[in-house]
Amino acid sequence: MLHFSPLKQSIIWFLVVIGLVFALPNVLPERIRGGQDVVGTLPSFVPSKTVNLGLDLQGGTHLLYEVDVSSVKQAKLEAAVDDARQFLRSEKPIIPATGFRIVDSTVSFRLARPAQMDLALKRLEPINTVDQASLLTGGAKPPFVIESDPVSGRISYTLEDEALEKEIRDAVARSIEVIRQRIDELGTREPTIQRKGDDRIIVEVPGKSDPERIKELVGQTAKMTFHMLDTSVSIGEAMAGRIPPGAKLVESVNPSEPNVLIRRRPLVDGEDLIDSKPSFNQSGQPAVSFRFNGKGARRFGKATAENVGRRFAIVLDDRVISAPVINSPILGGSGIIEGGFTTETANDLSILLRAGALPAKLTVLDQGSVGAELGADSISAGTIALIIGFVAVVVFMVLVYGFMGLIADAALIANVLLIVGALSALQATLTLPGIAGIILTIGMAVDANVLIFGRVREEYRSGRTPINAVETGFIKARSTILDANITTLIAAVLLLQFGSGPVKGFGVTLAIGIFTSVFTAFVFSRMLTSYWLFKAKPKALPI
Amino acid sequence: MALALSRYIPLGTKIPFVQQRFYAFGLSSVAIVVSIVAFLMLGLNFGIDFRGGSQIQIATEGPADLAQIRTVVSNLELGDVQVQNFGSDSIVRIRIERQAGEGTQGANAQQSAIKIVRAALDENIDGVSYRATSVISPKVSGELVNAGIYAVVGALISMLIYIWFRFEWQFSVGAVVALAHDVILTIGMFSISQLEFNLSIIAAILTIVGYSMNDTVVVYDRIRENLRKYKRMPLADVLNQAINETLSRTTITSITTLLALFALFFLGGEVLRGFSFAMIWGVVVGTYSSIFVAAPILLVLGVQRGEFEE
Repeated sequence: MLHFSPLKQSIIWFLVVIGLVFALPNVLPERIRGGQDVVGTLPSFVPSKTVNLGLDLQGGTHLLYEVDVSSVKQAKLEAAVDDARQFLRSEKPIIPATGFRIVDSTVSFRLARPAQMDLALKRLEPINTVDQASLLTGGAKPPFVIESDPVSGRISYTLEDEALEKEIRDAVARSIEVIRQRIDELGTREPTIQRKGDDRIIVEVPGKSDPERIKELVGQTAKMTFHMLDTSVSIGEAMAGRIPPGAKLVESVNPSEPNVLIRRRPLVDGEDLIDSKPSFNQSGQPAVSFRFNGKGARRFGKATAENVGRRFAIVLDDRVISAPVINSPILGGSGIIEGGFTTETANDLSILLRAGALPAKLTVLDQGSVGAELGADSISAGTIALIIGFVAVVVFMVLVYGFMGLIADAALIANVLLIVGALSALQATLTLPGIAGIILTIGMAVDANVLIFGRVREEYRSGRTPINAVETGFIKARSTILDANITTLIAAVLLLQFGSGPVKGFGVTLAIGIFTSVFTAFVFSRMLTSYWLFKAKPKALPI
Repeated sequence: MALALSRYIPLGTKIPFVQQRFYAFGLSSVAIVVSIVAFLMLGLNFGIDFRGGSQIQIATEGPADLAQIRTVVSNLELGDVQVQNFGSDSIVRIRIERQAGEGTQGANAQQSAIKIVRAALDENIDGVSYRATSVISPKVSGELVNAGIYAVVGALISMLIYIWFRFEWQFSVGAVVALAHDVILTIGMFSISQLEFNLSIIAAILTIVGYSMNDTVVVYDRIRENLRKYKRMPLADVLNQAINETLSRTTITSITTLLALFALFFLGGEVLRGFSFAMIWGVVVGTYSSIFVAAPILLVLGVQRGEFEE
């Protein structure tokens, strides 16, 4: 047990040195190791990554969003209603239909003339086609189950669960893209945006950002549409509940402005916007300028040309930003929106318009933000506790085991280096509980040495020679050390499974610490002990 | 180095631990009953991660006027509000009760509450700055409660299986009884002290389970070894000898672990205080249970000696 071949020795030293090399960048100044905006002076083969600090240590905001599944479903069903209305009327003969309703997952309506059933079903076919993407992946199944009753003229479309799941997956994927674009505009460094489970999205923004502003920017659906006003009834009548079919009463963004009655079907919508910037209007007030793509520009140009002198409304998330009069056709495809903005709100709106609308509503399930100041306090408290805890254990070991305690301490130092090195190399996230995990590991890691020394002491007292006692001590302690560490590992793995964020960080350091401490306390310290025994040839053991 | 204190640690002590088992079982039973009664009567002071709701940590210029902050926040009528200093007299933690509502509605209600509170603080408290904010919706807190229960139960079951695999069933029953003992006493401690019980306490409990198991395994390993070595020695003596032989290790490891934990408790900051307190308690209880619960239970359950032939 105490004999180490030169190869074995080199491997053990190599591992310890590797740990040191990976741990080193954490104590080097940024100008040497390089950083966010600094090019380091280290050669490129030397590791330069530092430990990845969790949001609780570097400050930042964590948000867990849930995509509103019911709004995804509602949107899909409403689109089906709109399509159905349009297809039935799109060509001659017009097929009159009434009683459009959405109940649960089903859209239904009734043909005024049931005899037109076959014609209607033919025209409605595009609603239920399989899209190209799912044809390729093989999941070729139309989204709806259609039922029709030729006697009553009733037609219903029921959304299949599978199709809904696909819609939700798509909605989450698109939401992530939109959120990423919006957050990138904030110019923060390295945000993390990822899916969690079926319908959740984690957003992590490190650094000094205001959580309220991030939520403001991420949480808005930002669906912008342009509508003609419906002037067939007065606002007063509409408010009293007499809303003409195809029209809709919407509030203004500014509470002091009156409600506006708009036509449901938009002239153009935000999907056709290709650019948007904060700007100023002629009187110097903040405004938002926008530009349409070719299709949007043509439609907008045509609509404004037909409606000169009338008003249209710019609607964002079902609220009217402004409802200007069309003075002349807007043919170039660009324009500005005025709506009593401040510089900041104009800026935010232009960000939202550039990134596009979220496909579904998002709800914040869980929010945590830590200011940079608290993060710095936590780092310093954690570091001080780490140093003091470390020193206390080191001193205690020397007091109890004398020179052999020093060997255990050397192993402990190697252990901390390896943990920090492993955290840096794996780019695992170090949280405040993670620091607690390192401190705890320091206290528990010497256990292996304590077990070994206890055995050595017994063997030595029963009359063995020093070398023989040490050898037997290591052998007899081996299976106990293994059993003891496996049980701790089981607990650490469960922590990893269970934990989110900070608690997970604790599990990570605890798990890494188990592997490194078995290596340092059982292998590395054994090698050091053998050097000492063979070199100094002690007549007596200090323990 | 003549100063190695281990020289003065006696070897071959013969403390009759197992003979004290009736006192130990009595003491443990009382402690368990007290813990369960406390849990049922007082419950736990759950943190917002398990309860839902929100929490803000603010810093003020100079010492904070807690009464004023309390009035400002209470006037918003958001239900129960706790205002307390957090580690320093210019740092205040405000905890706002979970707002009514389930699902999406509940999540949004928590969000509006925090917005209102921030607006009120901005307006009324001069020089306020926000150190940390967290808002947990009822949906997530419910999930965390379940995840916590699964994790602790999962840990106990995994340990049971591992020990069963490595030893005999009597050992795994003994070990798990000792672990359950530690978990119950820790929960009881948090119930009686009404210290905040949050996610990090679950992490502490899982670690205590690992630590206590570690301790138990060391004693069990020695028991197994001695059962093989002394085939005719009465079981009680085998147990006693194994406990005595591992006693110095048990003590020294507890001390080093406690040294690290006390450093954490006193210096690691307010956030980790609950965690390190739970761990300190757990190390003490876990060490006790390995000696006085896990080992003596083998005497109650009996061990088939034939099983330990090499």
